[in-house]
Amino acid sequence: MSALVDIRNVSKRFAPRLSLGEKIAARLGQPIETRTVHAVDSVSFEIRKGEVLGLVGESGCGKSTLGRVIAGIHAPSDGVVTLDGAPILGPDGRKRTSRVQMVFQDPFASLDPRIRIGETISEGPIAHGLVSKADAKAYAAQWLAAVGLPADAADRFPHQFSGGQRQRVAIARALAMKPDMLVCDEPVASLDVSIQAQIVNLFLKLRREFGLTMLFISHDLGIVRHISDRIAIMYLGRIVELGPTEAVYKAPSHPYTRALLDSIPKLVTEAEELVSFKPILGELPSPLSPPPGCHFHLRCPRAEAKCREIVPARRETSAGRDVACHFPLEE
Amino acid sequence: MTDSTPLARFWSEFRTNKVAVCALFVVIAIVLIALAAPLIAPQNPYDLGTLVLMDARRPPGFVGTKGFTHWLGTDAQGRDLLSAILYGLRISIQIGIIAGGIAFALGVTLGTFAAYFGGRIEALIMRIIDLQLSFPAILLALVLAALLGQGKGPLIAALVTAQYAYFARTAHGAASSERSKEYVEAALSTPLAPTRVVFRHILPNCLPPLIVVATVQIANSIALEATLSFLGLGLPVSEPSLGMLISNGFQYMLSGRYWISIYPGVALIILIVAINLVGDQIRDQLNPRLRR
Amino acid sequence: MIPLLEVTDLATHFATRNGALKAVDGVSFSIAEGEIIGLVGESGSGKSVTGFSILGLIDPPGRIVGGSVKLKGRELVGLSARELRAIRGREIAMVFQDPSATLNPVLTIGTQMRLALEAHGSVSESEARARSAEVLERVGIPDAARRLDAHPHQFSGGMRQRVAIAIALLNRPKLIICDEPTTALDVSIQAQILTEMRDLAREFGTAMIWISHDLATVSSIASRLLVMYAGRIIEEGPVANVLRQPQHPYTAGLLASLPANAERGMDLVQIPGSTPSLFDLPPGCAFQPRCDRRSPACVVMPELTSGGLGRRRRCHHPLNGGSA
Ligand SMILES: Nc1ncnc2c1ncn2[C@@H]1O[C@H](COP(=O)(O)OP(=O)(O)OP(=O)(O)O)[C@@H](O)[C@H]1O
Ligand SMILES: Nc1ncnc2c1ncn2[C@@H]1O[C@H](COP(=O)(O)OP(=O)(O)OP(=O)(O)O)[C@@H](O)[C@H]1O
Ligand code: SF4
Ligand SMILES: [Mg+2]
Ligand SMILES: [Mg+2]
Repeated sequence: MSALVDIRNVSKRFAPRLSLGEKIAARLGQPIETRTVHAVDSVSFEIRKGEVLGLVGESGCGKSTLGRVIAGIHAPSDGVVTLDGAPILGPDGRKRTSRVQMVFQDPFASLDPRIRIGETISEGPIAHGLVSKADAKAYAAQWLAAVGLPADAADRFPHQFSGGQRQRVAIARALAMKPDMLVCDEPVASLDVSIQAQIVNLFLKLRREFGLTMLFISHDLGIVRHISDRIAIMYLGRIVELGPTEAVYKAPSHPYTRALLDSIPKLVTEAEELVSFKPILGELPSPLSPPPGCHFHLRCPRAEAKCREIVPARRETSAGRDVACHFPLEE
Repeated sequence: MTDSTPLARFWSEFRTNKVAVCALFVVIAIVLIALAAPLIAPQNPYDLGTLVLMDARRPPGFVGTKGFTHWLGTDAQGRDLLSAILYGLRISIQIGIIAGGIAFALGVTLGTFAAYFGGRIEALIMRIIDLQLSFPAILLALVLAALLGQGKGPLIAALVTAQYAYFARTAHGAASSERSKEYVEAALSTPLAPTRVVFRHILPNCLPPLIVVATVQIANSIALEATLSFLGLGLPVSEPSLGMLISNGFQYMLSGRYWISIYPGVALIILIVAINLVGDQIRDQLNPRLRR
Repeated sequence: MIPLLEVTDLATHFATRNGALKAVDGVSFSIAEGEIIGLVGESGSGKSVTGFSILGLIDPPGRIVGGSVKLKGRELVGLSARELRAIRGREIAMVFQDPSATLNPVLTIGTQMRLALEAHGSVSESEARARSAEVLERVGIPDAARRLDAHPHQFSGGMRQRVAIAIALLNRPKLIICDEPTTALDVSIQAQILTEMRDLAREFGTAMIWISHDLATVSSIASRLLVMYAGRIIEEGPVANVLRQPQHPYTAGLLASLPANAERGMDLVQIPGSTPSLFDLPPGCAFQPRCDRRSPACVVMPELTSGGLGRRRRCHHPLNGGSA
């Protein structure tokens, strides 16, 4: 399979706004405390045509930021994201292409509360010449049907829908742009448990029908395992492991992946079963001052002196599997 | 509940505050009366030909030489005060709305685009506005009115300059918080043109606080206009607004001819208080903290 | 023996412009000393309101309109605000999803813990510090004595939640109500806190109500499970038993929809429809429109009936051997 999206050495830093006083101090050569967040730190990987790539990691590790960079919402501080060889962003830092679309976590925030569903779905396609104003109504109805909503939904406002229905609208809006690539940022996390399966099934169906390529961001490892072909594990702004989903779940190479998989509570169905967690020790370090060397060394049971100094490069351990660790776990 | 329009829901809640409803009624009544001034006023106070100097400074209830009763008395030129107040209200409201409207459009556009683009553009616009807000509006308006001279155009320009910054500030605050919401990010990732994102998405969602500011600012610009006219920097004497009526009568206050100043003043106060009461209720209703 | 807490027919309604919202509508259950029960359900099913009602923390427009809450035989519904305050923190404590609901940002941790101790009896300054440090140490905060002088913002989210838990534990309450205390935390931190809470409860003999919407989390800490739907309890029983053999179609549907129960990449089993609005619940069983076992009988509200082995369920056509 060939690469559709290529992410090359992408970094995203958020610098705090300096107050006037701080700016003057900096001009005068005073060292001021740096509070830059390295949300994404030199990340490279590719997304293949037609695959679903899962991206998992703990809160604050930079998943959403990376997703937004790929979707062209944030300009990367360094590096470049290309789609079929062409950069996502124009030279002025604005997104031009409509071939990458995004579905957000919170369907209550991602739909404009004052705009009817029909217009929400058709305004992008009209602006990009995918459909004429005259045909917009039928076009919106067609996509509403594709996500399992009635055509009369087009005349209503977002507040008249439940969370699951709104997420369907958000998905229809993204699909109506006929994208090649869909970035989904925790699309089921804010939904009721009984609704999550419906939306997961919708993604599976759309993927079968439209051959969509997806980046599926989630912290629910069960759902990611179910839906993705390959999986990338992120820790404090870096990708620490990448490989085919089943292989990674069955035999994680990075100690963090192992620890993450061990921390997930499992459904206990035997009364006598003693629940055993092997929680990762320690706290997630602050992204303001990540530890040197391997970001995980403070919490890693395998850490040695080398880990505290040298950033481990990501390398291929076996066919199609990458890991960024000096002492990866053997199978 | 879900099918009623937002406006209908807004009104049904507004109705529960009796004071605000009365105030709204007063505002509407005053506006209608002012609009209809040429039809209902006993006299055209601008037509110098109809003024009778003999009738000048007569107390309320005086029956003039023309044969009608001056219910609120007459002023120093023999104008019927009731007519003068009606025409004065007309001018005050007109200027208040025009100045408020222009200030709204200008300020809101500046504030929203500053919030949308961020970075240098935002810093520049907002610093200018902060600077301006640190001067009292009245001072600014005074200086401008003095520089630009008399007349409606210059007066409106002075009022707009004194007020657009409030709109810009409010719009910037509201738009900044809207800017970071996911529906705007969704529009950016589509991508939609900046003008569409600003005018179709961000702006409508910023309207609630802006409507509140707008009601207050219209009242303010009416008061400001009156102040300028009172100080002789407003409209020409041939078109007396409420401020000038008050000013003209001021010199007779101590000689017992209170009505020349007091009645236009009362009209002004009723209008401004009523607008503010309506604005207060709108603010309370739009404030999510006070919502039930 | 009387149970530690006995809730009978608890009903808490909120007055809204569209009429009374029956957030909790006839909830009954009891907890024995030292027992941990899990309370699960969808968003808006009334889990938090149940927790708040037990503590008497319902503010207008909400009101407990009926039922009783008995703590060791003593009725709590109808107690005055002052009497309730004496019970809160001392006999029943609560831990919220968001620790900032408990912690005051301008006071040091030490001061807040001292105040919590003083609220239920006088202690000396040094006693308070010693006791606070000891409890902080217990919830896994290293170097506790020194951190007493820190402000909440100097802690990470996970640490703040631990402090909130420590404050709840201070007066050794008989019962702690935990309202999704780990939902906002990272998986790795959640696992730590879960383990620690379980051990602490066992050690001190504290009973807990663990509110969550995640079956897996609850199953790893609680011994008994309550499932709520639209303001009512629809299923109850020993955790493992319920999860292995759910009797209510809603619980069964939830479990079936877990990705682990489907082949990778294949469609998940899904519950059709969406959660009903509390304002227009269907007649009878609230789950009826989404249920694949419904019959005409379901328009009559089913009672919470026994399903054997300490189990109860509210359904006319229960699964897994329970006949109605
Ligand atoms: N606009 C922003 N300005 C400043 N810092 C930001 C901004 N967006 C994200 N960050 C910071 O970047 C880091 C990564 O955030 P991001 O939202 O990408 O994490 P995430 O992995 O998506 O987490 P979650 O699972 O909580 O959604 C965080 O420390 C966050 O505080
Ligand atoms: N102060 C309030 N005013 C009006 N309605 C309220 C209030 N608090 C809660 N409710 C309503 O009561 C119902 C139950 O709410 P509750 O917070 O108990 O749900 P929950 O099960 O805890 O959900 P979640 O998982 O989202 O926390 C909801 O429909 C909610 O809208
Ligand atoms: S009572 Fe009827 S509708 Fe309700 S869950 Fe049982 S079978 Fe389904
Ligand atoms: Mg995120
Ligand atoms: Mg809750």
